[in-house]
Amino acid sequence: MLAYTLRRLGGAIPTILLLIIASFFLMHMAPGGPFTSERPLPPQVLANIEARYGLDQPLWKQLWDYLTNILLHFDFGPSFKFKDRDVNDIIAQGFPISLTYGFLSFLVCTIVGVSLGVAAAIKHNSWLDYFAVSLGIAAQALPNFIMGPILILTFTLWLGWLPGGGWNGGQWQYLIMPVIALSTSYIGSITRITRSSMLETLNSNFIRTAKAKGLSTRTVIWRHAMKPMLMPVVSYLGPVFVYVLTGSVFVDLYFSTGGLGQAYVGSALSRDYAVLLGVTILYGMLTVLVNLATDLAYAWLDPKIRY
Amino acid sequence: MTKTTRHLLAGLLTSTMLTGAAFAAGTHPVTGEALAEDQTFTYRVLDEHSSVDPQVVEDVSGSEIVRDLFEGLLSQDEEGNLVPGVATGYTVSDDKMTYTFTLRDNAKWSNGEPVTAQDFVFAWQRAVDPELGSPYAWYMELTSVVNVAEILAGDKAPSELGVKAIDDLTLEVSLSTPLPYFPQMVTHATTFPAPQAVIEAHGDQWTRPENIVSNGAYVLTEHKPQERSVRERNAMYWDNDNTIIDKVVALVINDENVALTRYLAGELDRTEIPAGQFPRLQKEYPAEAISFPRLCNYYYTFNLTEDGPEAFQDVNVRRALSLAVDRSIITEKVLAGGQTEAFSFAPVSIANFTPPASEMADMSQKERDDLAKQLLAEAGYDSSNPLSFKMVYNTSEAHQKVAVAMSQMWKQKLGVQVEMANMEWKVFLEERGNQNFELARGAWCGDYNEASTFLDLLQSSSGYNDGKFASERLDELMASARTSDDTQPIYAEVEGIIATEVPVIPIYHYAGVYMMDSDVGNWPVNNVEQNWYSKNLYKIAK
Repeated sequence: MLAYTLRRLGGAIPTILLLIIASFFLMHMAPGGPFTSERPLPPQVLANIEARYGLDQPLWKQLWDYLTNILLHFDFGPSFKFKDRDVNDIIAQGFPISLTYGFLSFLVCTIVGVSLGVAAAIKHNSWLDYFAVSLGIAAQALPNFIMGPILILTFTLWLGWLPGGGWNGGQWQYLIMPVIALSTSYIGSITRITRSSMLETLNSNFIRTAKAKGLSTRTVIWRHAMKPMLMPVVSYLGPVFVYVLTGSVFVDLYFSTGGLGQAYVGSALSRDYAVLLGVTILYGMLTVLVNLATDLAYAWLDPKIRY
Repeated sequence: MTKTTRHLLAGLLTSTMLTGAAFAAGTHPVTGEALAEDQTFTYRVLDEHSSVDPQVVEDVSGSEIVRDLFEGLLSQDEEGNLVPGVATGYTVSDDKMTYTFTLRDNAKWSNGEPVTAQDFVFAWQRAVDPELGSPYAWYMELTSVVNVAEILAGDKAPSELGVKAIDDLTLEVSLSTPLPYFPQMVTHATTFPAPQAVIEAHGDQWTRPENIVSNGAYVLTEHKPQERSVRERNAMYWDNDNTIIDKVVALVINDENVALTRYLAGELDRTEIPAGQFPRLQKEYPAEAISFPRLCNYYYTFNLTEDGPEAFQDVNVRRALSLAVDRSIITEKVLAGGQTEAFSFAPVSIANFTPPASEMADMSQKERDDLAKQLLAEAGYDSSNPLSFKMVYNTSEAHQKVAVAMSQMWKQKLGVQVEMANMEWKVFLEERGNQNFELARGAWCGDYNEASTFLDLLQSSSGYNDGKFASERLDELMASARTSDDTQPIYAEVEGIIATEVPVIPIYHYAGVYMMDSDVGNWPVNNVEQNWYSKNLYKIAK
């Protein structure tokens, strides 16, 4: 298991390096630069600014400096747009916000989705099953950019219960709508996957054997069915965790939470290279790490996988 | 040297009549309106501001904050007229090349230090210092202060800038060319003072709430990037007794429809109205939906270089296209927010200039359409040989609506085939700036309230003249306007050239279209630059 973990970690490093290099060149290929503006800067002013940020250097040199700064000083560089802030600062301020409600959404969609799916499978073809299935399908048809407006119109404008956006240090009133908006569509998929996986497991031979031994339904489900049933669910939860964090881009923009999504989209539009690259690396690393964690969880659930 | 003296009347400020005691009674000392208990003004901004460093800030939302945090030599009143700021008045030499400002002796920084002429000298030198690399250094170049260009080019040291502190309360500015509107230019953030000791102590981070020291009516007390910034009353401000609003909160809300919903839910005192929604909101909330002229124009520019279509070299084609655009449909049906039809390049609301009545403005749309058909036929385009070109605009729902309307008008009236394309902002700027377009959208908001801020754009040397229109006469006229006392005939002739040569198709002049809580008092709707100062606002008790 340890060797397997180390091998997978070793594979992650070149992946991230490749991501940095590819993003760096793609970003510089996009027309316009951080200082392209409506009133073109006089050449001398532009030269002064570019010199200040090292943009007058050849691209390979900029990339080299960028990488060495990250490795040696853990410094992701200054923001070109927000003059008094650097990338470390922007990430340190925005990421905890996105992470907070991203993680809450993940918990909500996992708990609600798995419970609904298990309940539906156990009470197969009952009203509960139909209810869970239709709820799941309805939820899946409500991605965050549809849920956002529905929630704001209902809870802010119509009922007047919740503030329509902002963060305010993460008070619970400000968390509810972003968490619901972000988790709804995943609740649908998780319910569906859990239900079909549970049904399949319950129909397998070893469960029949367990039942034949005279074990109670509770023991059959908890002791024998749960672990194999979770396999497809866990493999889906890994990507969901990443989606919930990166998918928060819309939620950040829509609810003005001050999370990282706003900085991400803003930096792409304003060609704030350092911020864009910094957030890309962060999201990239998260994806790699979460995938790794998923694989390890898989290996734990099914020893056959430990190759 | 004899000097003409011009003093700004301090009496312009109604605030001089006010006393702190009046507020205790809870009524406005001038209007007598009952004041609200909670004097907090909350408004929406589209995007996080770039900075609150006066010499660095480059966006509108940042400048709004800077105008509250810092005070320049002069400020503007509700009509856009100049009123004293840190300076109580100024004198100008006969050759109009030297301005001497007298500073008030009671102006203080928020740490209690006095504001001196040296603070302005430091700030102005800082603005042009290549080391700071301010994106607004070009603004200093516009002011024509001696040696700006040389300092930006690195040929001279910032200390050689033409600005001097004669003593603590006297600031002398030397210009390289007479500039009648120079005093207007010192109401702009780039020229505001900066606290040298604080900047040297904290470097780039001096504008953080925990470090910042400012000399305006407010101080920055909280800043949560991408979410909110809060400014509160500066007890050290010389006119603090007459300031009514205690706290100003700017909330970043990227989506304008969310902002409108949050306004309607009572979370905001002010927000922009999305395009097309003004008539409905005005019906539902007559006291809150407001519209007033802004100092901005909206136009399309022809690419007149070799890279542009050959057809555009023919002035008849350009005129025909301009004539066939029914501007009233765009302002009344498409945008419907109180925008005005444009037949001149400079907005009609600009100070000290009335654009001359053009031939086109006097015609009915039917007459314009007939003339357009005739001109296009003369240019050799008809149904067997239709004119076709591509028009580009930056991605936005409102720009798209306008472009669709225009292309339909051309198609129906003139049989012109137009291909439309939208581009993301930075791509658009790059393509337009490299003359990689045929017909492109353009828009400009005045940097100061004087027609040259618009008309300069069509000079052959202007960096914003992306269509590369070149008229020697126009260049001469604009050069002469810089030193003239009577610019009306000069600018009128420039507008005449634009009307005959049609390098651009002016479409409309902007309007500020807001939802504004009816309890906000004294919003400067008549200040076309929308330079507003929170210290002049107040909240009325409901």
